[in-house]
This record gives sequence, C-alpha cells and structure tokens, in this order.
Amino acid sequence: MDDKARYEGYWKANIRLITILLGVWALVSYVFGIILAPVLNGITLGALPLGFWFAQQGSMIVFVILIFVYCKLMDGVDKEYDVNE
Amino acid sequence: MSVEAWTYLLVGISFAGYIYIGYANRVRDTKGFYVAGQGVPAVANGAATAADWMSAASFISMAGIIAFLGYDGAIYLMGWTGGYVLLALLLAPYLRKFGQYTVPDFVGDRYYSQTARAIAAIAAVFISFTYVAGQMRGVGIVFSRYLQVEIWLGVVIGMIIVAFFAVLGGMKGITWTQVAQYSVLILAYLIPAFALAFIITGIPIPQLALTFGNIIPRLEGVQTELGLGSYLNSSRPMIDVLAITIALMAGTAGLPHVIVRFYTVPSVRAARYSAGWALLFIALLYTTAPALAAFAKLNLIDTLNGVSVDAVQNEPSLAWARSWETTGLLKFDDKNGDGKYAMAAGDANEVSIDRDIIVLATPEVAGLSGPIIGLVAAGGLAAALSTASGLLLVISSSLSHDLYYRLIKPTATESERLLVGRLVIFLAILVAGYFGINPPGFVAEVVAFAFGLAAASFFPLILLGIFDKRTNSTGAVAGMIVGLVFTAVMIVGQRSVQLLGTPEPMIGPFLGITAQGIGTVGMILNFVVTYVVSRATEAPPQHVQDMVESVRIPRGAGAASGH
Repeated sequence: MDDKARYEGYWKANIRLITILLGVWALVSYVFGIILAPVLNGITLGALPLGFWFAQQGSMIVFVILIFVYCKLMDGVDKEYDVNE
Repeated sequence: MSVEAWTYLLVGISFAGYIYIGYANRVRDTKGFYVAGQGVPAVANGAATAADWMSAASFISMAGIIAFLGYDGAIYLMGWTGGYVLLALLLAPYLRKFGQYTVPDFVGDRYYSQTARAIAAIAAVFISFTYVAGQMRGVGIVFSRYLQVEIWLGVVIGMIIVAFFAVLGGMKGITWTQVAQYSVLILAYLIPAFALAFIITGIPIPQLALTFGNIIPRLEGVQTELGLGSYLNSSRPMIDVLAITIALMAGTAGLPHVIVRFYTVPSVRAARYSAGWALLFIALLYTTAPALAAFAKLNLIDTLNGVSVDAVQNEPSLAWARSWETTGLLKFDDKNGDGKYAMAAGDANEVSIDRDIIVLATPEVAGLSGPIIGLVAAGGLAAALSTASGLLLVISSSLSHDLYYRLIKPTATESERLLVGRLVIFLAILVAGYFGINPPGFVAEVVAFAFGLAAASFFPLILLGIFDKRTNSTGAVAGMIVGLVFTAVMIVGQRSVQLLGTPEPMIGPFLGITAQGIGTVGMILNFVVTYVVSRATEAPPQHVQDMVESVRIPRGAGAASGH
C-alpha cells in the first residue's frame, strides 16, 4: 500500500469513528437531555426523572466516556495504518 | 483557631506554593514561554486545562445559577462540557500536529493571509480581556468577603501573585501552577458538597445522593407549593435551549485560551488523552454542582421559609444568616408585618437570596467548621487566579508573537521576543487589574458576546481548515464576516437596553432564539457562506493543501514542533 492510499484509508476510518461518536454525543445531550426530556421525565432513575438526569448528570458522564473511547480506538487505528508516533 | 485565622493560613500556604512553583519553572526561551516546551504530560495538561477553564464564575456562581434556574441550568452544564468532545475529536489533535505556538499561527498559515492572522490575534485579545476582567473582580470579592480587606487591595494582591509566576515562568510556570490550583479548587468544592450530601440524604457522594436521595421530587413539591415555578421543567422555548447549548459548546471549543493548552503536550496522542483528562476533571465539579444546587436550595427554603423575625435576629444557629445579611447578599423584609419571613413568588417574597451565596455560604449553613470555610476561600481564589493567568498568556502571545514577531518585526531575536512577551504580560496584568477594580457595568453581556463570537468565528474557521481541504482564504474571510456581523448585530440589538441604553430592545428574539444562543445561527451562516464561496473561487495553493494533509496524520508531531 502506498503512502497516499494509506493516508486516505486512515482518514476515512477516523471520519467514520468521529461520526458515530458525535452521533452519540448529540443523542444524549440534544435528544435525551433537551428534545425528549419532557417525555423521558415520565421514567425515573432512582428518585430522579430520566430527562432531568440526562440533562444535569448523564450527558456529562457520557461525554467523558466518549473522549476516552475515541482515544483508545484511535490508538488502534493509528497502528493499523502505521501512522502512530 | 478562628475562621479568619484558618482562612489566612490556608490562603497563605496555597499562595506560597504557587509562587514556589512559578519560580521553580521559570523559562529562558520562547518555546517554554508560549507552549511550556511542549513537554507537559497528558494528565497534567488535563488538570491545567480544567483549572484554566473553571473560573471564579464556575466555582462561585455555577451551583447558584442552577439552584435558581432548575432544569434550565443544564444549558450551562452541557454547553460548557460538550465542547470538550468537539475539541478532542475535531480540533485538538490536528492543531497539536500543526505544532506552532498560537491559534492565529494556524489561521495565518492555513489561510495564507496576514490579514486573517491579524484579525484572529485581535479577536483572541478581545475575547480574553472580556474574561479576565471578571476574574480579577472575583479575586477582589473573595478577599473582601473572607479577609475583610478592600476590594481594590484584594485585586492588587492577586495581580502581584499572577505577575510573579506568569512573567517569570510563562506557559510553563502557569501550567504547573494551574495543576496545583486545580487540586486546591476541587478539594474546596467537593469536601463541603460531600458533607452536605451526607447531612441531607445520608448518602455521602453528591451525584448518587442527587439521583437516589429523593431531593428533586421534594424540591419540586416545595417550589410548586410556594409558587416559585417548576424545578424540573424548562421555562424557555425548546429552540432557544438548543441554540444556547450549541453556541456554548462550539464557543468553548473555539476559545483561544482553551485551544492553546493542547499545543503544550508532546504528541498528538497526548493531545487526545489530555482532552479526556480535562473533561474528567471538569466533570467532577460540574456533576457535583447540580447536586449542591438542589441540596442548598432545599436546605435554604427549609431553614428560612416561615422563620420568625426574632429567630433571625437572635438564634445562634442562624448566625450565618446575620453575617450574610450584612454583605447585602441575603435580605430579609417582613412586608406584611406578621413577624415571620415568607418565601414566595413576586412582590410577596420576604427573603431575597443572591445566587452567589449558594456555594460560599454552604459550609456555614451546614455548620461546617473553620478549616473548611478557609479552604473554600482558597479554592475560589485558585479558580480565579488560574483562569486569569491562562487568559493573560493568550493576550501576551497574541500581541508579542502574532502581531509583533510575525507581522511587525520578523527579524526579532529569541531574547527580544521573550522580553516583549514578558513586558506585554506585565502590562496586560495592569490593565486587567484596572478593570477588576473599576469593572465595566456590562460584563455579563460581554461574556455572552465572547461565546457567540467564538462560536461564529474561530470554531468554523479551524474546523473547515482541517476537515475541508477546498476551503480557501476568500471563503473563510467571507464566512467570518457574515458570521461575526450577524452575531454582533443580533447581540447588540437584543441587548441594546444594557449596551446602548435604549428604552426597549431594538431587535426581538430571532426565531425564538435569544442573544445567548444567536452564535449558533451565526455559526451556521459562517459554515454555509464559507463552503459556497470557497467552491465558487479557486482552490487553495498546493503547499496549503499539503499542510492540511500533514496535520491529519499523527506521525511526525515531534519534528513539526521544531520550527
């Protein structure tokens, strides 16, 4: 595989990963935390309505996890396409 | 020991620590001064970023804002954390690979334009100054409340401390001081929160206490009963909540003093991880804040609603209420003369509570002792000083590196550049101190401005610079002008009462979106205009396209930083 094809493959894999993770990012914050919050408030987590939980707790916890997942997966992608440091 | 003695002791020890760290990390070259020699480990950079990001406002006002807004407080919680996901996935790794010293460096090289470089530098200075004035004010307030000195003297003491480690150590001194400041501020925030959670619910971990401790349903009940509005539901149109959250996220990712922190790590991989650590450290405070907000609000209502005038004047357990009453942040007024103070909506309310007292008064309300109150004071000061120093470095690097060295005198030697950098940071501290002592009346408006402008300018500019090779200088400039002008006109128009003194706002909400969220619309306009104009005009030169290719590949970040 020449360098150009390798770099293109790497970039595509990266974009795919970013798209999926930002999909989750938008889902927990904009969709669960805001748009569907009134509906989700009908369900409770512990003593807390679920929409409120996503807005003030859950979305932030998911954000942290998302970044570390991206780091771990990119470590693999970097090695796979031999572009790691 | 008295509360005051504890406060002096803890503030004194922490300040001595910052000064020692600043001295031990003094620098001799511009690379150390601007980007800490690019040798900061990912975890340390994460802690420094968290301290840089969490200001006096986050520490002192955040929980109070949530306590008063209820659900709508989520706008700030999600908005100011979600931006780090954008940073980690879309900006930080590539800017680190690019490997220069500042954000205007990237803008100037990517858009092969000295004009773009100059505009970016001026925007960075403007955004940073709007912020730093508020930080210096925060330092003054904490000093005056806890140590009974005048606000101006508090600001001057803060200026001297910051000057010491920033002028001497540059980014390197600031970074390691911020790591220490993060430790102080997070302990100062968590210890009282753990104590209060345990006292109120029997569960010591605030996040779990909020979820399982039945606090929110009780608070919702009490609020509804007193006519204070719902704690669970939004009081704004959904489109406005969405727009504000998006604007804060994109604005966070576009703020120069946050971005520049990712230039200080040794590799692309470290840039990704340090964004993760930064958000973890920030989330420790931001997930605690809504718990603290709910506990403190319920506790305040329980304690103060219906309390007798006599008890407020004489009861020993309410001594904290009397001491806060003297600061004017807590006000009692028995309007109907029934000998009791009632909390209610509108004019019938007899207890008015300033939102800033939620965090600062919590230890006293919960009956915690002197050392913890002193620690909260040290934490507030750490939050204000760490943010101020990060902002001052951006101001210094924009003026001395981007404008002086890149545009005015490219032949300047290393030692000349270092001298100018130190001189500028010293002058910036004096200007910031002046605004801290004589604050402009419209700080809140200006902060909304900073986020809106960052969202409508830096964020699309950098994002497209990395992800769209076809974006050229013409498109970027056109997009920036449209985004910035639209956002600025909308903010000034909607806030004309505060900013221009008109009797009525000149412009109403745009499609239901208020001034705080208008940056989202400006950002979308910027994206569309940049994309269309770039494709209608010629492609960027080959060497710029090659540069974009190169920032996308992690390998070689060490070498790239060599120039």
